[in-house]
Amino acid sequence: MNNRISGALRSPVTFSVLAGVVIGALFLLGTGADPVTAYQAVLTGALGADGIGSTLSTGTSVLGMALALAIPLRAGLINLGGDGQLVLGGITAAVTGLYVPLPAPLAVTLALLAGMAAGAAYAALAALCENHLGVPLLVSSLLLSYPAVSLASYLARYPLKEPGSSLPQTRALPEGVALPAFGDSTVTVGLVLVLLAAAGYWFTDRRTAFGYEIRMTGLNPRFSAYAGVERRGLTLKLMAVSGALSGLVGAIGVLSFPYRFVDGSLTAPGYTWTGLTAALLAAAAPLGTVIASLFFAVLQVGGLAMERTTEVPRELTQVLQAIVIVFLAARLRFPSRLWRRRKEAV
Amino acid sequence: MFLDSDLLMSALRALTPILLAALGGALCERAGVFNIGLEGMMLLGCFTSVATSWFTGSPWLGVLAAALAAAAYSLILAVGAVTLRGDAVVLGIAMNLLAVGLTSFLLRTVFGVQGTFDDPTLAGLPLVGGFTPLAYLAWAAVAVAALLLSRHVWGLRLRGVGEAPDAAATLGVSPAKYKYGAVLVSGVLCGLAGAQLALGNVTLFSENMTAGRGWIAVVAVMLGRAAPLGVLLAALLFGLAEAAGFRLQGVGLPQQATDAAPYVVTLAALFLSTARRRRRRTPTSGVAA
Repeated sequence: MNNRISGALRSPVTFSVLAGVVIGALFLLGTGADPVTAYQAVLTGALGADGIGSTLSTGTSVLGMALALAIPLRAGLINLGGDGQLVLGGITAAVTGLYVPLPAPLAVTLALLAGMAAGAAYAALAALCENHLGVPLLVSSLLLSYPAVSLASYLARYPLKEPGSSLPQTRALPEGVALPAFGDSTVTVGLVLVLLAAAGYWFTDRRTAFGYEIRMTGLNPRFSAYAGVERRGLTLKLMAVSGALSGLVGAIGVLSFPYRFVDGSLTAPGYTWTGLTAALLAAAAPLGTVIASLFFAVLQVGGLAMERTTEVPRELTQVLQAIVIVFLAARLRFPSRLWRRRKEAV
Repeated sequence: MFLDSDLLMSALRALTPILLAALGGALCERAGVFNIGLEGMMLLGCFTSVATSWFTGSPWLGVLAAALAAAAYSLILAVGAVTLRGDAVVLGIAMNLLAVGLTSFLLRTVFGVQGTFDDPTLAGLPLVGGFTPLAYLAWAAVAVAALLLSRHVWGLRLRGVGEAPDAAATLGVSPAKYKYGAVLVSGVLCGLAGAQLALGNVTLFSENMTAGRGWIAVVAVMLGRAAPLGVLLAALLFGLAEAAGFRLQGVGLPQQATDAAPYVVTLAALFLSTARRRRRRTPTSGVAA
């Protein structure tokens, strides 16, 4: 157990996070702010009574996207088209919610499912490009993302635009077509859905043959191919699940405040990239992805509080996130010799 | 009427940043380093060139600073992927994210604005015969890169390092040295691409202004099979798509359609080229199987 703890403390993850925090502190000093005050502001802003609701609703989207990107990543596949799948899910959910003449609970369910289906279909398209047209997934998913974002933007600005509004947004969903919120907060049932998805991912990863196939493909694609894992099928399935989750995040976004599709509101906060960062930090492990998502949601929300108290731009948290991944990818860790000497001294 | 000289001119202007970045990507590809950090290095070049031009009043110093800054930034990839043997794909993604965060952060701390920095007194690059000097430099770079890769000992060694690093090492050629060189040159070229974008194509800096051009450059490397002339053709295709997009906007198509056009065209070109290659390869692979 002791070994396990020292191993975890010495792991590249700890090193990267600490390096990010230290470099972030240098940035803060560079702008003349006090790092301790700034980091305190991040924590109190994100976890205090005023911020926790915001952290949980941001966390819903971040965790959703992190799971969406972690699932293919577990098999070594990188889906860079999260933004496109996200907005398609959102706009499809908005159209369903607006035009399906069903009682509200059914309309909500249908909107969620439609959003998931749209995201899944679009992500599957990227997988087909890799499987049958020889375009690497990394590139096909990213290039497909741009036209999808443009399409959703067009729909929200022209055919579906709210008449008389100066904003690029659709009409508000009918009364009651919304995810129930907890109390007066902005936290909705969406959080529960995303946590259920995380639990499902954990179970699949740990307890099923399919999860084992995914992990083995990630660790050694040639071994898993030799053992009979059909790569094309796996890519297609994983991308469909990934897209479905991205679409779900989009649908949750539309079915929560302000209950409509607003152009840019799903992509501007950078959920896709924060999610990808979280998934990479956790090496796509289910529990780790949840923890990393919470960490980044705290940073993102706390960044606003930091900006208010220290006047340091909140973009600093984005810098910090990226630095963590740079260090992680470079596989830096504390040298073991240094660590041992320290332990002896203790 | 549609395919006139105006369109060609604007296509050539649109292609310059892509071409510079893609040439850098092609060199890395040849040296065996998968460089998808082009977008981030370019964005950093955009910001550095604008900031330097603004504070010194000289766009030339801006170009120089952009090249140096992007080259320094490319060391992340060189050290991370070559020396520490980290994952080049993840490093590239992280570099792109870091560049977006860093330039947005600096935009607010240095200029105190959010979104876009735009000032009429910001000095851009002069035009010579309708193009910036960087555009001519880009075309010259195609020729230099082509000759280097096919004729010069450096180019041959670079290719050797990419294709068989162990064999190259046995012959006394240090793979790490050539890989570092390729990555640093790609940094310089991406810095120039950023300067061209921010001081040539327009004269301003806005957050995430590269808007996927670095990724288009990555695709151009694939389409052109990492050969300088192939990369030039691929970049030309993108330039034409962007220019045609602007033209279509003039006849009433919504901006979103023209925004999407370059990506759709690039993807379609990628399909066609890989489909042709696969068909050609089918008989031989049939034998091998």
